[in-house]
Amino acid sequence: MLRFILSKLLYLIPTMLGITLVAFGFIRLLPGDPVLLMAGERGVSPERYAEISAQLGYDKPIWQQYFTYLGDLMQGDLGNSIVTKKPVLAEFLALFPATVELAIVAIIIATVIGVPVGVIAAIKRGSWFDQISMTGALIGFSMPIFWWGLLLIIFFSGILQWTPVSGRISLMYFFPQVTGFMLIDSLLSGQKGAFASALSHLILPSIVLATIPLAVIARQTRSAMLEVMGEDYVRTAKAKGLPMRRVIGVHALRNAMIPVITTIGLQIGVLMAGAILTETIFSWPGIGKWMIDSISRRDYPVVQSGLLLIAGIVMIVNLLVDLTYGLINPRIRHK
Amino acid sequence: MSIFSTRFMAASAFALMAAAPLHAKTFVYCSEGSPEGFDPAPYTAGTTFDASGHAIYNRLVQFKPGTTEIEPALAESWDVSEDGLEYTFHLRKGVKFHSNDKFTPSRDFNADDVIFTFNRQADADDPWHAYISGITYEYYSSMEMDKLIKSIEKVDDNTVKFILNQPEAPFLANVAMPFVSVVSKEYADALDAAGTKEDLNNAPIGTGPFKFVAYQKDAVIRYQKNADYWGEAPKIDDLVFAITPDASVRLQKLKAGECHLMPYPAPADLADIKADPNLKLDEQAGLNVGYLAYNTTVAPFDKPEVRKALNMAMDKNALLEAVYQGSGAVAKNPIPPTMWSYNDAIEDDKYDPEAAKKMLEDAGVKDLTMEIWAMPVQRPYMPNARRAAEVIQSDFDKVGVKVEIVSYEWGEYLKKSMEEGRKGAVILGWTGDNGDPDNFLSVLLSCASAQPGGANRAFWCNEEFSDLLAKAKASSDHEERVKLYEEAQVIFKDQAPWATLAHSTQYVPMAKNVTGFVQSPLGDYTFESVDLTE
Repeated sequence: MLRFILSKLLYLIPTMLGITLVAFGFIRLLPGDPVLLMAGERGVSPERYAEISAQLGYDKPIWQQYFTYLGDLMQGDLGNSIVTKKPVLAEFLALFPATVELAIVAIIIATVIGVPVGVIAAIKRGSWFDQISMTGALIGFSMPIFWWGLLLIIFFSGILQWTPVSGRISLMYFFPQVTGFMLIDSLLSGQKGAFASALSHLILPSIVLATIPLAVIARQTRSAMLEVMGEDYVRTAKAKGLPMRRVIGVHALRNAMIPVITTIGLQIGVLMAGAILTETIFSWPGIGKWMIDSISRRDYPVVQSGLLLIAGIVMIVNLLVDLTYGLINPRIRHK
Repeated sequence: MSIFSTRFMAASAFALMAAAPLHAKTFVYCSEGSPEGFDPAPYTAGTTFDASGHAIYNRLVQFKPGTTEIEPALAESWDVSEDGLEYTFHLRKGVKFHSNDKFTPSRDFNADDVIFTFNRQADADDPWHAYISGITYEYYSSMEMDKLIKSIEKVDDNTVKFILNQPEAPFLANVAMPFVSVVSKEYADALDAAGTKEDLNNAPIGTGPFKFVAYQKDAVIRYQKNADYWGEAPKIDDLVFAITPDASVRLQKLKAGECHLMPYPAPADLADIKADPNLKLDEQAGLNVGYLAYNTTVAPFDKPEVRKALNMAMDKNALLEAVYQGSGAVAKNPIPPTMWSYNDAIEDDKYDPEAAKKMLEDAGVKDLTMEIWAMPVQRPYMPNARRAAEVIQSDFDKVGVKVEIVSYEWGEYLKKSMEEGRKGAVILGWTGDNGDPDNFLSVLLSCASAQPGGANRAFWCNEEFSDLLAKAKASSDHEERVKLYEEAQVIFKDQAPWATLAHSTQYVPMAKNVTGFVQSPLGDYTFESVDLTE
């Protein structure tokens, strides 16, 4: 098991190196230039342009910039944002808990609803429930996030006035951030109503963010269940006269869950992508919104280091998924 | 910076957000974006100035609310020498800087603070010039303050003398701009001693109407009223900026009562806002212009008669309707009608496709195909450049000119539109920084700015025009300046380096119970005079 973990960890190094290259290149491949974007409509003289470029080190050949960047990374320096001038890591740490909180709630919603829906759809294959839920999943999967979010805001916040429009908590509440998780901090603050406010602010964004993973998880659960249900051991269990609940709960579900757990793990990456749009529409101060702002401002250091941090986290989550997988299915460990 | 010190920084930032009770009157502004920082000097975005320069700081002089006129602020009065080279500012006494949990000022605002404010931007050797890595002072250099100011002298604690290299009338207006907001020298010294220089940007101390309380990145900025304010104290106790980038979401928040006022509504939402009984809509002509800049160095656009003919082929009223949804005014001059020296005697080119066609034929232009560049972003002066380009395309088609619409990503657009020998006419615009005509005419149309990198996207260099501007800039006689700028506009109209399209209207939706909000023609959002009834 230790060797398994070590080999996986070792594998992270070249991957991360590859990501630095891609992230570094990606933002520079985009047309547009941070110096000109800073100057905007007012323009900038060639001398001034040269001065700023030199200050930022962008006058050097690109490979040299890359190696400088790598050198700084080795020393734990992710660089400073060229817009806010602040360290990228400090900005990331300040915003990351907001994204994690949203992602956790979203993945819980997606799993808690997605798995049972998939199981029932598989058991009652061809029924109206199966048809409606799978059509729903198809729609959910192809829903444009931005439109979907705005639709929910207009209906639930605008017309019904059930939920707040955007943000993480009502501005009435003001307390120090201890963990960065609003649900926890609001409880710690001891302010009455703060927790309820934080929770109500989470509803719409987490639903929007959960939509695609929910659809994927439901469909994956359904097909995994169907496959397992056709296996010999399930038929044997059924033939032995075991109660249906036991056949499904113990024999089928346990094996069907193996690919489903992988799917859930892989959805973490999807959540990160979805967070970019969800956070933008709900003014959710997380890393998704931070990345999109930084890309549009060509804030090179933020984009290249931010992507690296996000990729690192997605890979660690995937590693954990692999390990869980190994726990459920011992055969994997010995490969 | 190592991981550990950044962690420490993040931790101390959280510590700053110590719980503070909310007072009775809290005013919530749904701002459109995050400030780049709270030091007003190194940044250029209006969003940053609203959050720092206007809320927290003051300048030597300021724009009278709702106008572009200069009035005293931290300087009670000023004298200008005969030759226009020396400006002596007499500073207000008894002005207090804010305090926070780490700093309490021991003295009032004085001349040292003024000198510190300017010198740290001007002098590359000043220890505060690069107190954060990568910092630059874009506004200071783009307003050419570095070339203009020869030296600054402290006459006594309450008198500062600026000595200029050449007389320049817009100087006073420049000094009213947010990038020269006065910061505290004493605070800077304390931060230096504590080794936390970057707090000048993170935990700002000013003399302005509001004290900075806390900023949670990308989410919310909190301010408290400055009870010791030298001017009229704010009527609200707490000011909150709720950062909400999406215009539709801002409007939903306003309707739900989650904020009291918002900037930049989407043009499509205006009718809805007007119909809502809980909201009111303030409107004012913006200090801006949207234009189409021909490249006057490339044939056939090097001929004024060709440019003029194209201008005549344009139905600007239709354009105003289609692009601005009627919320604006057709532009005939490069400066807006709310600006002093606006030459109203000038007549706009008449919309006359037949005459335009004939003029083009006379100029020997046949089967012309041209590019029109449409900017990919929305700006107050141009809500939808793509649609504007399409309207112009169909107008030009009627006079036999084929138009190909081109668009680039914004950064690329700005870059390519500055390149000499550029093909195509470019849609762009400008919003005034300081209400001085020079800020439009010199920046956008002078010979000096008609070089790569300059903002003169028509590359139009007319000696006569530029001479008038130079003369006006050096004169401190207001009447004379008005006359010179009026003359300059005549030349502009005659030579037609641009098609002037429109001046847009600025709309500010707010809750019914908001009173005292004064719209700034410069597009600033300030809240010292707002109040909430009920």
